[in-house]
Amino acid sequence: MTPASNERTSLWRATRAVVWKDLTAELRSRELLSAMLVFALLVILTFNFALDLDPKTRGSVTSGVLWVTFIFAGTLGLNRSMAVEKDRGCLDGLLLAPMDRSAIYFGKAVANLAFMLIVEAVVLPLYSVLYNVNLFRPGLLLMIALGSVGYVAVGTLLSSMAVQARTRDMLLPILLFPVTLPVLIAAVKGSAGFLSGLPMTDIQPWINLLLVYDVIFIAVAFIVFDYVVEE
Amino acid sequence: MPPKPKMLQVLDIVSILLLAIATLMVFLYAPMERTMGMVQKVFYFHVSANWIGMLAFFVAAVAGGVYLAKGNRFWDVLEVAAVEIGLAFSLIGIITGSIWARPIWNTWWTWDPRLVTVTVMELIYVAYFMLRQGIEDPDRRARYAAVYAIVGFLSVPLTFLSIRLYRSIHPVVITSSSAQLSPKMFQTFMFSLFTFTVLFVDLLWHRVRLGELTERVERLRMKLSE
Repeated sequence: MTPASNERTSLWRATRAVVWKDLTAELRSRELLSAMLVFALLVILTFNFALDLDPKTRGSVTSGVLWVTFIFAGTLGLNRSMAVEKDRGCLDGLLLAPMDRSAIYFGKAVANLAFMLIVEAVVLPLYSVLYNVNLFRPGLLLMIALGSVGYVAVGTLLSSMAVQARTRDMLLPILLFPVTLPVLIAAVKGSAGFLSGLPMTDIQPWINLLLVYDVIFIAVAFIVFDYVVEE
Repeated sequence: MPPKPKMLQVLDIVSILLLAIATLMVFLYAPMERTMGMVQKVFYFHVSANWIGMLAFFVAAVAGGVYLAKGNRFWDVLEVAAVEIGLAFSLIGIITGSIWARPIWNTWWTWDPRLVTVTVMELIYVAYFMLRQGIEDPDRRARYAAVYAIVGFLSVPLTFLSIRLYRSIHPVVITSSSAQLSPKMFQTFMFSLFTFTVLFVDLLWHRVRLGELTERVERLRMKLSE
């Protein structure tokens, strides 16, 4: 085996190990997912009364309500997943492990993405039942996947910085929301487009924007993550 | 403390003179706009202030990148200086824009791409200072701030693009093909841009000196407490 391919395998395997660690820990404690899910439901409930979601308004605001729910629940998850590492000294352990540090970033990001997708997978059918709309459209699922990837890519990077700050729980949304605004706009508009059956030519720009955002910020996070965890 | 460099003293005087000349040019040299009248005069400093805002955040992102690569404290000081100046000038841009928009658009504020982008930019760099404040270790603070300056700056064009896909009512005065300005207006405009750029360099220099002094005071204080 050449050294290069050896290195690549080890990054891949290390990433998988970090993901596996996070998923196993979550499977045993279930504290992160349960909090995210309950919170997501509460947000939807709040919106129901705040916006008076009668059938007429619902059509135009569904995608907005869904995305605000995902993003709030996502922030909760991002905060917690890094705080756990920090509080119990796990981060030091991870940093001491003889592996490429990018693996920590990719591992945490994939695990965070998994949590967010699970929450979305529960919220979507529930929303469909509660408000009697069919949300199972492949286009909408694509927007949700692309949007979540972009959000988590930046969120994982910023949460690993916010967790070191004195004001950490407050700091993450303040750092994250302005930077991920393009994701929110594109995801909300794209999802709304699919829900109201707009032609593909109208939705394509939003998909492109999300793709560009995802690629740029995964690359940037990959490059700068080493500096974030450097001790 | 090292004395104020000669060059900086000269630059101070040059900036003040340029600013005075630019102001005179705006009011005396540039002709009165036919339909908008007096309020159009705000345009020269409005665009210049926003230009400095963008330039400053760009300088901050580059300084952040160099800091991460080289680890020299100077680049961190430069980055903070640029962000601070950028925040102030973007705010000037927003305020002068509102003054213009009230009579012309009949509203202080609209959700136009440029307006929203500048505002989001302000929020990003306010968050930048909150991040700095929350972290005590100077090395870590500098590293995180550099990362956020880079990430924040990269997100700005995408924010602009995403809001632009909505409709825009902001006037586009300078297009790639031509400027819709009379020659005298154009000269005044270019002069204002130049003036503000010199002013930016001057302010940046002062702020970097201040930042370096702050660092020195911090180091001395640490030495005292040891």
